[in-house]
Amino acid sequence: MDLRLGVPAPATEQERAAVASVLGPAASGWDGGDRTPADGHMAVGGRAAREQRHLLLPVLHAVQERIGWISPGAVDHICARLTIPPAEAYGVASFYALFRTEPSPVAVVHVCDDVACRADGAERTCQEMERRFGPEGQGAAANGSGVTWQRSPCLGQCDHGSAALIQHAGADPARVVLAPFDPEQVRAALVPGTGVGSGGTAVPQAAADRSGLRLLRRVGQVEPGSIDAYRSAGGYEMLRRAVTAGPQGVLRELKDAKLVGRGGAAFPTGVKWEAVATNPVREHFVVCNADESEPGTFKDRVLMEQDPFALIEALTIMGYTCGARRGYIYIRGEYPIAESRLVEAVRQATDRGLLGADVLGEGFAFDIEVRRGAGAYIAGEETALFNSIEGKRAEPRNKPPFPAASGLFGKPTAINNVETLLCVLEVLRIGGPAFAAIGTANSTGTRLFCLSGAVRQPGLYEHDFGVTLREVIEAAGGLRDGRSLRAVLLGGAAGSFVGPDALDVPLTMEDLRVIGATLGSGVVVVIDDTVDVTDLLVRIARFFRDESCGQCVPCRVGTVRQEELLGRLARGAPLGSVQREIELFADIAAVTRDASICGLGQTAVSALSSALSLNLVGASGQADGGRGLA
Amino acid sequence: MSAVFVEAPKRLVDVTIDGATVRVPEGSTLLDACRQQGIDTPTLCFLENLTPVNVCRVCVVEVEGSRTLVPSCSRKVEPGMAVHTDSDRVRTSRRMVLEFLASTVDVSLAGPDVGRWMAEYGADPARYGDPAPPHQAGQRDAARPGEHPVPDGSAAATVAQPVKYDNDSYVRDYSRCILCYKCVEACGPDAQNTFAIAVAGRGFDARISTEFDVTLPDSACVYCGNCIGVCPTGALMFASEYRMRRDGTWDDDGQTVTTTVCPYCGVGCNLELHVQDNQIVKVTSPLDHDVTSGHLCVKGRFGFEFVQRRADAG
Ligand SMILES: Cc1cc2nc3c(=O)[nH]c(=O)nc-3n(C[C@H](O)[C@H](O)[C@H](O)COP(=O)(O)O)c2cc1C
Ligand code: SF4
Ligand code: SF4
Ligand code: SF4
Ligand code: FES
Ligand code: FES
Repeated sequence: MDLRLGVPAPATEQERAAVASVLGPAASGWDGGDRTPADGHMAVGGRAAREQRHLLLPVLHAVQERIGWISPGAVDHICARLTIPPAEAYGVASFYALFRTEPSPVAVVHVCDDVACRADGAERTCQEMERRFGPEGQGAAANGSGVTWQRSPCLGQCDHGSAALIQHAGADPARVVLAPFDPEQVRAALVPGTGVGSGGTAVPQAAADRSGLRLLRRVGQVEPGSIDAYRSAGGYEMLRRAVTAGPQGVLRELKDAKLVGRGGAAFPTGVKWEAVATNPVREHFVVCNADESEPGTFKDRVLMEQDPFALIEALTIMGYTCGARRGYIYIRGEYPIAESRLVEAVRQATDRGLLGADVLGEGFAFDIEVRRGAGAYIAGEETALFNSIEGKRAEPRNKPPFPAASGLFGKPTAINNVETLLCVLEVLRIGGPAFAAIGTANSTGTRLFCLSGAVRQPGLYEHDFGVTLREVIEAAGGLRDGRSLRAVLLGGAAGSFVGPDALDVPLTMEDLRVIGATLGSGVVVVIDDTVDVTDLLVRIARFFRDESCGQCVPCRVGTVRQEELLGRLARGAPLGSVQREIELFADIAAVTRDASICGLGQTAVSALSSALSLNLVGASGQADGGRGLA
Repeated sequence: MSAVFVEAPKRLVDVTIDGATVRVPEGSTLLDACRQQGIDTPTLCFLENLTPVNVCRVCVVEVEGSRTLVPSCSRKVEPGMAVHTDSDRVRTSRRMVLEFLASTVDVSLAGPDVGRWMAEYGADPARYGDPAPPHQAGQRDAARPGEHPVPDGSAAATVAQPVKYDNDSYVRDYSRCILCYKCVEACGPDAQNTFAIAVAGRGFDARISTEFDVTLPDSACVYCGNCIGVCPTGALMFASEYRMRRDGTWDDDGQTVTTTVCPYCGVGCNLELHVQDNQIVKVTSPLDHDVTSGHLCVKGRFGFEFVQRRADAG
């Protein structure tokens, strides 16, 4: 490729410095440094230069944080340094919601108005933001404050009832999470070093009877910032055990445990790891999917914030078992606290020889890199996640080939969710057969449930598989204020609504399949009779329209048509008749489910489908909102 | 003249398609197998000389045991696969893909096949209501990822927007763009290696773009026109064709196509000169040509003006 570089306004000193903070100084004029006569006597380029492409997202983050937006000059300079065509770099920068490609105020407040917060009055918060900072999305010029605000999809703080993320650019950049969120706090949060932040998620069980806790065992008991605390609580014994058992032994335990993934697809973990471990192609990679962006989900954040070393240990076991020298943790950009704890945990583990060239002195090498996402739900789809790490647009790949054959950088790759990896530690701790004895025959072990909405004690809960929805809600204190239950959104935006008649269904994979629902990422949003379900559906439809990568026609257009259709139903203004709209929706649903490339499109219609069959959809904003069309 | 390489014979694989057993070489796609059977399979983002991106999904077929439909253009045959190309599921999805596209994009120049498929599958793009008003120039290019104005559903969103006419060689009319990625592949790794254009933005706002939507003269474009050569919808068009269509003088039936060899260098690219009223109106190259695979450079593609500077013309 022949790079055509040079723009009217080249990168500023600050932009260059931001890029250099990731890449180090430029070596020569060939990669964006100052031209010297010596440059005329050499040539730099080719494959080696192009192979730095994976650094594109880290560099874009650095510029975004320092300057507040990514200018044409900055892109030009980045492209010189990384040998990327500017059109492609722009294609990447314009894909992610946390990057801005037009001049922007230094502070952007992302206010969650997604399902859980919405059921708790997010629109009132947005109105208050509008009163203080002007209309959504307008530049600082309009209000002279240096602050702009916008509505955001779920920020993974759903148990707080409201949440915001502030991106604050500058020499001392910050990402501040406020949960619960009060617009009053914005000013104070912009003062560097004031230390305002998330209140931390409630893990109510941790304060009560802890005997049933396995994945949440250490939460609230062990200081998350100290490897010594982790080790004295039994940490790193499982890695020792894994090395003693050998890769085959670990695989056997996982299969005996019948552990399946907790990230949504419920694929058997042992089978996945074995396919990579036995693949003769080298090199191998292991990846932890910490993108957690399914609306209503916050479990992985709590695990990473409260027990970061456990994830590092589990990923090390995964690397050891799968024969990988390098592991990645891809964490969503909205989780600054979890990210900094993980980075610190990696540092401490490396200092202690628990990562690096000779882990535990056992003769195997393993390193972990933490990579930050930039605001894209789709980046949690495993193949999109690989593309994102590789410095590309997070567009899912067609499967086959599956990651075990061709994953990150085209190499055999195993990828697992955070909760799945913590289950691996538990499998090794109690043994595969003992793990399989927990739960039901086909859904083994425990499961994390993210409770939000109209329950007395929202938060993260752990239960043995087999627990019913009623028990899960009761464990969270039951419904608030003596309200009655209208519905539960199970599994998040990609999941489905179930009605009160599903309260006694055990929340196992097999039982939920029978009623056409899934547990997905463990989301339980409890909806009482005060909530306008149609309004939630409109939000969900907006979510999928916003988060579709746009690659394939069924999802790119189907999510638009679904949102339009719902807009008509919510206004009580169907095209033709309600019956005609329902037929139209059936067609939209059929093609997005059946012909989309990835799970996003395939599940984008699921919430509305389920709501229609429960007769929960009606004209919005009316006293009977959500009572149904019929 | 081309050398003949004798390859090791490929293993043959048996699959059943709509009940009939079909034997194709290993590594073939389901589309190859369907075509071998003479089954008319619609395709939009597939082209023989490009890597399949399998994004349009109009070619989907049903494979027994697969939860979702699979794109025939990229899915390789496996022994024993049982494939259905005309089931209700397949017909519904093909109809809806065509309907989705035709309700958002101007497909009037997408060739006769598209109209035929739309009729065959019963696509009815009008049923989403009246189209929304077209976008202003630059409006779609400024869309931010993860945000959009919430529609009330009273009009159907489209990609309609003004034509980008910023150079003398060709125009980009993205009202006609189905986002098939072909131009990006042709400009990039599959032919030209220039990477002047890429997909930018996300979701329904995804679009083909130069960096920051700069004009083509300010981009890396070298005017090879290979993107035009692969574009299936007329979104990318010779400026000469665009002007004639605009003025109502374009006449497909009044054109002849003359195949010749490019005079500029020794590579030997075949040119197809499309001539109307004794004027060259556009230049293509055959997709199956050994030398070009349909791709040319700026000289062969656009360097024909000198032919038309005849004494009698001025
Ligand atoms: C649109 C979409 C988003 C996803 N997001 C996540 C995510 O945020 N975290 C996650 O673990 N898995 C996510 N997945 C599932 C992953 O593709 C993959 O199945 C999972 O990481 C595998 O890990 P597991 O086997 O441990 O569940 C997503 C899938 C889709 C289709
Ligand atoms: S289904 Fe949606 S998100 Fe997935 S590849 Fe297609 S357009 Fe992208
Ligand atoms: S004319 Fe050639 S270089 Fe220019 S955009 Fe098209 S394919 Fe790329
Ligand atoms: S411009 Fe043409 S070739 Fe390019 S994506 Fe659009 S329709 Fe396809
Ligand atoms: S943080 Fe608001 S819905 Fe999750
Ligand atoms: S032709 Fe197969 S997906 Fe487009």
